[in-house]
Parts: sequence; C-alpha cells; structure tokens
Amino acid sequence: MSSNNDVAVQQAVPFWRDPDKRAIIFQAVVLLIVLVVGYYLFYNTQANLERQNITTGFDFFEKESSFEIGESMVAYSAADTYLDALKVGFLNTLKVSFIGIVLTIFLGTVVGIGRLSSNWLISKLAAFYIEVLQDIPVLLQLIFWYAIFYESFPPPRQAISVMPGVFLCNRGLLCGVPAEHPAHTAMIFAVVVGVVAAWFLARWAHKRQDATGKDFPVFLGSLGLIIGLPLLVWLGYGAPLEMDVPVLKGFNFKGGIVISPEFAALLLGLVLYTAAFVAEIVRAGIQAVSLGQREAAMAVGLRPAQVTNLVILPQALRVIIPPLTSQMLNLTKNSSLAVAIGYPDFVAVTSTTINQTGQAIEGVALIMIVYLTISLSTSFFMNWYNKKKALVER
Amino acid sequence: MSKPYVAQKIVAEQEPPALEVGVLGWLRKNLFNSWMNTLLTVFVIAALVKVLIPVIQWAVIDALWFSTSEACRESTGACWSVIPHNFRFIIFGFYPQDQHWRPLMAMILMVALLIYSKDKEHWNGRLPWVWIGGLSLMGVLMRGGVFGLVGVESDLWSGLPLTMLLSVFGMFAAYPLGIVLALGRRSTMPAVRSLCVAYIELIRGVPLISLLFMSSVMFPLFLPEGMTINKILRAQIAIILFTAAYIAEVVRGGLQAMDKGQYEAADSIGLNYNLSMRLVILPQALKIVIPPTVGILISAFKDTSLVVIIALYDILKTTQSMLSNPEWMGYSTEAYIFLALLYFIGCYSMSSYSRKLERDLHTGR
Amino acid sequence: MRLFKMLAVAMGITAIVTGAAFASTLEDVKAKGFVQVGANGNLFGFGMPDDKGVWKGLDVDTGKAIAAAIFGDATKIKFTPLTAVQRFTALQSGEIDVLCRNGTRTLSRETALGLDFTHPNYYDGQGFLINKNLGVKSAKELGGATVCVLPGTTTELNAADYFRVNKMEWSPVVLESTSELSKAFFAGRCDVMTSDASQLAGIRATSPKPTDYVILPEIISKEPLAPAVRHGDNQWKDIVDFTVLALIAAEEMGITSANVDEMLKSEDPKIKRFLGTSAGNGKSLGLSEDWAYNVIKQVGNYGEVFERNVGVNTKLEIKRGLNALWINGGLLYAPPFK
Repeated sequence: MSSNNDVAVQQAVPFWRDPDKRAIIFQAVVLLIVLVVGYYLFYNTQANLERQNITTGFDFFEKESSFEIGESMVAYSAADTYLDALKVGFLNTLKVSFIGIVLTIFLGTVVGIGRLSSNWLISKLAAFYIEVLQDIPVLLQLIFWYAIFYESFPPPRQAISVMPGVFLCNRGLLCGVPAEHPAHTAMIFAVVVGVVAAWFLARWAHKRQDATGKDFPVFLGSLGLIIGLPLLVWLGYGAPLEMDVPVLKGFNFKGGIVISPEFAALLLGLVLYTAAFVAEIVRAGIQAVSLGQREAAMAVGLRPAQVTNLVILPQALRVIIPPLTSQMLNLTKNSSLAVAIGYPDFVAVTSTTINQTGQAIEGVALIMIVYLTISLSTSFFMNWYNKKKALVER
Repeated sequence: MSKPYVAQKIVAEQEPPALEVGVLGWLRKNLFNSWMNTLLTVFVIAALVKVLIPVIQWAVIDALWFSTSEACRESTGACWSVIPHNFRFIIFGFYPQDQHWRPLMAMILMVALLIYSKDKEHWNGRLPWVWIGGLSLMGVLMRGGVFGLVGVESDLWSGLPLTMLLSVFGMFAAYPLGIVLALGRRSTMPAVRSLCVAYIELIRGVPLISLLFMSSVMFPLFLPEGMTINKILRAQIAIILFTAAYIAEVVRGGLQAMDKGQYEAADSIGLNYNLSMRLVILPQALKIVIPPTVGILISAFKDTSLVVIIALYDILKTTQSMLSNPEWMGYSTEAYIFLALLYFIGCYSMSSYSRKLERDLHTGR
Repeated sequence: MRLFKMLAVAMGITAIVTGAAFASTLEDVKAKGFVQVGANGNLFGFGMPDDKGVWKGLDVDTGKAIAAAIFGDATKIKFTPLTAVQRFTALQSGEIDVLCRNGTRTLSRETALGLDFTHPNYYDGQGFLINKNLGVKSAKELGGATVCVLPGTTTELNAADYFRVNKMEWSPVVLESTSELSKAFFAGRCDVMTSDASQLAGIRATSPKPTDYVILPEIISKEPLAPAVRHGDNQWKDIVDFTVLALIAAEEMGITSANVDEMLKSEDPKIKRFLGTSAGNGKSLGLSEDWAYNVIKQVGNYGEVFERNVGVNTKLEIKRGLNALWINGGLLYAPPFK
C-alpha cells in the first residue's frame, strides 16, 4: 500500500516542481510580458501619430530632398530624392570608416610596438600618447581638431602650394588627379585581375612549400602582379600623363580632388583616438607570445623577418583579432559623431531628413538598421577569419 | 717557492666604466643603444623641441590668466581668463547661483562614494546599500524641496554634476539589468536566451547617439497621451539601456571565468538556481569583473559628452554655450583644453586604479 | 450609403470625444504653476542663457509675457533648450506648452506636423553675410562659393532653392552649433554664411572685426518667426496669440512698462479695455482681467522688448525695419482689443 502510494507521488510531481515544465511556463510568462509591453508601446505610438496627424511610412524616399550635401562620392544634387541623399550619407560613412580602420591599424601597430621599444624616449612617448588620448572624450577631440583645421590654414587665395598640383588651405587639401582617360577603367580592371592572380599565386606557393619545402617570395610576386599589371596596361595605352590640377577660380579651387577639413578632422580624431586602444591591444598581443617561441624560431634557423611573419605574428594575431574587431566597430559607430563637426555622414543626412519630413521614427530606425547591418556583417566576417586563424587543437 | 697562480695583493676596486652606470649609462642603455635608436632619439628630441617651445610660449609665457576679454584680444598668448570668468556657468550651468554649494556637495559625495568603493575591504553586501543611501542623499541635495532646501527642478541640473550623474548613476542603475541580461544569456531556456542575445547584440551594434536620438524624439511618442518624461531622465534611460548591454558582456565574462566546480558544488549541496547564483556564483564572478567594470564606467563618463547632440547641458554643452557669447567666442581652444584636462583627470585616476586592481587581483591568486 | 454616413458620424463623435478628453493646456499650466517654454539656447538676442545662467532674448521675453498673462508673474516660467530636430516633437508630446524658438511658420508645419503658429513675434528673412575683402556686392555673384549654413529646415532649403534658381554651383558646410559654425566662418572655412538676417547681424556683431563683414542686400526668403502651440487647443492658442498682440497693441497705444500705472487712470476706452479697467477681455480668454497690465508692467511693450534684446543699442544693432509698427512703415498691426 505504502509502496503504491510512493509510486503515485512520484508520478504526480506537481508541475511547479518539474524544472522542464517550470522553464516552459517561465519562458511563456517572459515572452508574454515582452509582447504586452511591446504592444503597449506600439499602440501608444500609433495613437500619438494618428492624433497629431504625423505622416508615417517611407514614402518620403521618393520625394525631392531639396537640400545640398557638402561632399559626395556619387553625383548628387538638391533635385535628387531623399533616398539618394541617404545613399550619399551611407557611402560617406563607409568611406570614413574604411579609411579610418586601415589607418588606425597601421598607427596602432606602430604605437604599440613603440610602447615596447627599448628606446626609453619612444616608449614613454607612446605611453603618454596612449594614456592621454584614451582619456579624453572622442567628441571633444573631434571638435578640437576641426577648430585646428580651419583656424590654422590660410584661405584659398593664399593657399600653400605643398608641391606642384597639391594645395593646402582652409577648404582642405587639394590634389591633382590624372585627367579622365579610357586607360583608367582598364587599369582598375587590371588591378582586380592582379589581386585574383596574387591569391592563386599564394595558394600555389603554399602548396608547393607543403610538398617540396621550397620557399617562394609570395609578397614580392603579388606586389609585382598587383602593381605591374596596371602599369603594363597604362603603358599599352601610350602612358597618358595629362593631369587634372586644381585651379583657383572665383571663390574656390576647381578640379582635382578635395579632402575637406570636416573629413580630415573626423578621420584624424577617430584614428588618433582608436589607435590609442589598438596600440594597447597590439602590445598585449605581442607580449602574450612567450619569449620561448621567438628563441625556438631563431634556434631552428629562421631569419628575423620569418620569425615575425611565421611564428610571432600568427600567434599574436590570435590574441589581437577579437578585441581589434570590437575597436574597428567602435570606430565605425563613433563616426556617427560627424554630425557635430559638419561631415555629412549617414546620421547627419538622416538628421536633416528627420528635420524636414518630421518622421523621427523612420529616421532613427534607419540609423539603427544601417549600423546594425555594418556591425553584424563585420563581426561575422571577423569571426570567420578568427576561426580560420584559431589554434587547431589536436 | 712562489705560488704563481695566486694573487699576492688585492686589486683595488675600480669604478665601473662611465658608459655603463649613472646618467651616461642610463642614457646609453635607454636612448643610444644602437644606431637606429640614436637616430630615433635625436629625431624625437628635435621634434619635441620644435613643437613644445611655441606651445609653452603660447600656453604659459604669453598667456593671460585673469584678464578681461578685451585684454585677451590684444595678446598673442592663450587666454585662460575665459575659464575663471565663466567658471561657475561651465561647472554648474543653470543651477541657481545662490544654491551652488548643493551640487558641489553632491559631487564631493559622489567622489567620496567612489573612493569608498575603491577599498577591497568594502566589497561586501553593504556596498550596494551604501551606494543607494549615497545616491539618494545626492538626489535630495540636488532636488531639494525637503529639510528647508529650496526645490530645484531637474531641468536646471547641468554642467559637471549632470555629467557625473548621467554616467555614475547610469552605471549604477544599469548594473542589475546587466546582470540579469548576462544570466539570461547563459540560461538554458531558449526563449530567454535568444531575447537576451538579441537585446545585447542590438544595443552593442548601434551607436549611442542613435539611442539618444531615440530618447529625444521617439520616447515621447511611446508614452500614452498626456504623460511626459523629463528630457534628462529620458537621456538617462537611454544611457542605462546602452550601458546595461556592455555590463552584461563583462559579467558574462566573469561567469564564464568561474571554475565549473563552483557550479557543481553549489548544485551538490542542494542550492536552487537563485540561491546558488546569489550565494556562490555572483559574489565571486562580480569580484573578477571589477577592473573591466571600471573600464565601462570610464567609457560612460566619456560617452555622456554625446548628450550635447540632443541639447542637454552637460559640461561640454555649458562650455559651448558660454563660447557663443560674443565676448568669449574666439577662445574655444583654451576652453576645450580645460575640459580635456578635467576629463583626463577623471578618467586617468579611474584607469590607473583599475590597473592597480588588476595587478592586485592577479597576484592574489 | 446610409451605413457610410452613420460610420462617418460615429467617427466624428469619437473624434470629438477624444478631442474633449484633452485636458486643456491652460488648466494644465495653472495646475503645475508655470509655463514650460521651448527655447533655442544658442541664439544671442533671441534665446540664450547669460553667464549666470539667466535666460535672455526676444523669444524668452515672449515666453515671459505669456507667464505674466496667465499668472501675473513673469518668473513662473521654465525653459527647455531644444535643437532644431527636437523642437516639434517636444511640442507634440506635451513636454513643452509653447515653442518660442525662432520657428518659421510654413504650410507643411501647420498641416503635417500638427502645429498651430500664432502671430509672429519677429519678421525675418534669409540673407548672406560675407567678408568685404572678397569684393562681392550681390548674392548673384556667389557662384562656386562655399556656404556656411545654420541648419534649421527652412535655411537649408532656401539656400538650395536660391542657388538652383540662379543656376549657380555651391557647396554647403552644415553645423548644428551656431558658435562652432560662426567660428569656422570667421576663420575662412566658408566664403559666405547664410541664415536669417537677424542671426547674421548677431553673428557679425560677435566677429573679431565686425566692420570687415557685410550683409548682402538680397533677402532670399520670408521668415515670419512665430511661437507655436499644439493643434486643437483653441483657448491656449488665443492666449499665446493675444499675448504677442498685446505687446504690439501696447506700443501702438503708447503704453510702456514705465507709464502703465499712470495709464490705468486713462479715460480712453480703448486703453481701459486693454488694461482691464473695464472688464471683459480677460474673461473671454480665461485669464484675469489685468492680464495685459501684468504683461506690459513686467515685460514691457514690443518696442521695449525689441530694443532691449536686439535693437540698435545692443550688440546686434538691428533696426526695426519690418518689425516696426504699421504706422512707421513696418508690418506690426494689432487687431482691436475688444
């Protein structure tokens, strides 16, 4: 009887004592709360929008923007649509982030290695740089650099001619570029071909080394392909040398390309700030590789460059890449501060759009979606790269 | 018979070579130990001299410290006078002039709280209560309306107290949320986990400025008709939501770093999830993550400067506002250097503390 | 068809009911004891805190006049500094009661944004400020120029329109902060700066050498700057509207803050009605009878407000121009207060 009772009790465990059932109920409750809160906010928003007669939706994409944008990588005028304006902003964000990331990695590596230098002065200078720039808000730095840029350079009519075809004034740095010629399109194509060929070359060299142990100068070979091919094409077209040099016309220079003070200040501020963090990461990464590794590599007779390339760097990179990724993303996200110094990035253009259309929700949502897309795709790429480089444990 | 291999007399002690010890030795070892380094040293010194001399000339020798703006226009040096002239507005903003002692006390109290929390002796269950008490006292000081203090609307809170409040209070309020998110992310329940992951990744993927935009132009639309939340509070909510995602990741790091044995031990003595977290896991995990937490506090402190973009009068905005007065418009460089110095002092003291702590914790184990 | 009509009536009723569910702004304001005014915060002469954190400016005084009209006390007021992007949301959401932030009245703002603008407190127009050294005499010669633009929705649009119509190329530099933008302009980042003429006057006044700069003769837009309130609360709109008009009417009648007490004894029925010695106006607005007296006593008439904040004796040195009374060739014209 009693044993029967025990079995019955065991079978009828109350559901609140069963972890699995409890988990389901708990999750259902959480989901319900999230949904209710979400719906409540949605409902309020809907009611508010309706009551205040505010237009919603993305119809404004097709409307004429009627505002100008200071700098653009593609043709744009006030007669184009909002969508075009947003595209210009998006490209500007990508431009400053991409160039910024490349420069940051370079500068950060230099400072990070400088921090480990045996030269006391260099090491202290690097430490000073890292400490000071890390501890000042990047927005303040941007505002500061921007002020320096427009205050210390002369107006265009007194522009400093750095070298023939290159001018420096408070409108920015103006450079001559080769005048338009069909050769350039072909050269771009040649560069692409060169890069693809270099990739195959590297694969082939790697395989050959695995098979025969023979080393092949991949770096020089690739460089030859990537630079040599376009050069050949250029020569083939009869080496067109004509330049489109900036000329002072009326108020401003015409022709050539311009690096505006806004862009320069944003780039400089972001690079200097982020490089301070990257330097610390690089230093930590190098220090994480034990000295024994270097000694072992030297003992098996590798040359110093090989020691760095084949032994130290691959191991240091493994430590460096994850935090480096997050710094790269930080730089991209911080580029949204452009709005404070007048560089027309995505946030600045969206903010003007919100201002004109009154459609704040759509605007903020667009900003979030764009940055989220950039962030997520970068992390996916870096995770993939990191996995490739990760230590294969046996 | 002589003993040719034994020295007959003691050789007098000699000075080490002059190039190995003392100033010269140090110089040689640290600055000129190879031709490359020599070149670098010479180059760096030359560059420093070239840059520093005009800077010092401008910032110190030709500078004016307590003059009027007219005198500044005549001078070629830095016009530091802009700071003392507008000091109170820069620091306290709109807070009523005769009540400035209150935000001052509140700031001192906050620094005292931070210093109190520095000590490892104080890391126990009492700490959160000390903070809650301290923050409430600060709230009373700032807000007034009781104990004979004149009421001061939060709209008037500005300058440095606002900067500190937004960052430190934001951090404090974000912590519980961050812990919940971190636990949720490590939970075995798929719905909870995916919600937490989605939240954390969403917030970490967007810039703070987009959240601030949201707080300033979207939050009002979320609320039912007739209900409004103060602008500062809205920004504070945005900062809390933002910081919590970063705290969650830091806490998750701490949870992961815990030895698996700790979890198992807690389970084996029959603690349920809540108790094992509260009594065993979190106390240890949170201690591990104190250094990175200080790091988040530093970024929060710096990031609050972004509220200028939504026209909140933090210390950067009060400075900018002061600079749009025609009298002082040309002296932004000086004002910004002053601000940079303030921020640097704050961040540097926190970051050097966190480094020291990291070393201590490291050797402790 | 009948169904459709019934539906329409039902919807109409719902609309009225929800409309009635609004607490009136006046009651709200009276209950909390102060007026919450959205202001600029960065614009010298219109809305900006001074070095003691005290708000000063023409828009600020307009706000104070509203407080004086409601409470008889111009200090019962609070300011919320707002950026161009935030200002309309702040009003729509009820965060502020009235927006006095040099906003231009336009059709789309009245309709799509759910706002009501009252009588303008300043008639402005967009112009160009330029360095004399460049030798430019007319805005028509600005082809190819770099232009500093103070963002505000209409400014950017007007500039873009103007250059498009005149088929000139240009490139804008847009910065949200007035002080940053003016500094950039004086340093020569742009050839020319465009904004409302009143702002340009202010910016010119702040330059290291004001005489080096001139405002070009072309005014390329109409900018009636007016306080704004939420759509749908007519009583509140009337109060704000007539407070602005009271400032103007007082100047027309020669009532100033100095002589308003004497004027109380005036036998002129117009003045008696205006100052509330003969009752009626206050009740119709839902205010006390001496509301206009309080406004003039504590804030002054339009002329006083103008001269105090932006007039020829201030740093801005703006002449009355369009903002003179109609009898002096301006646009200010108050309807009868009866």
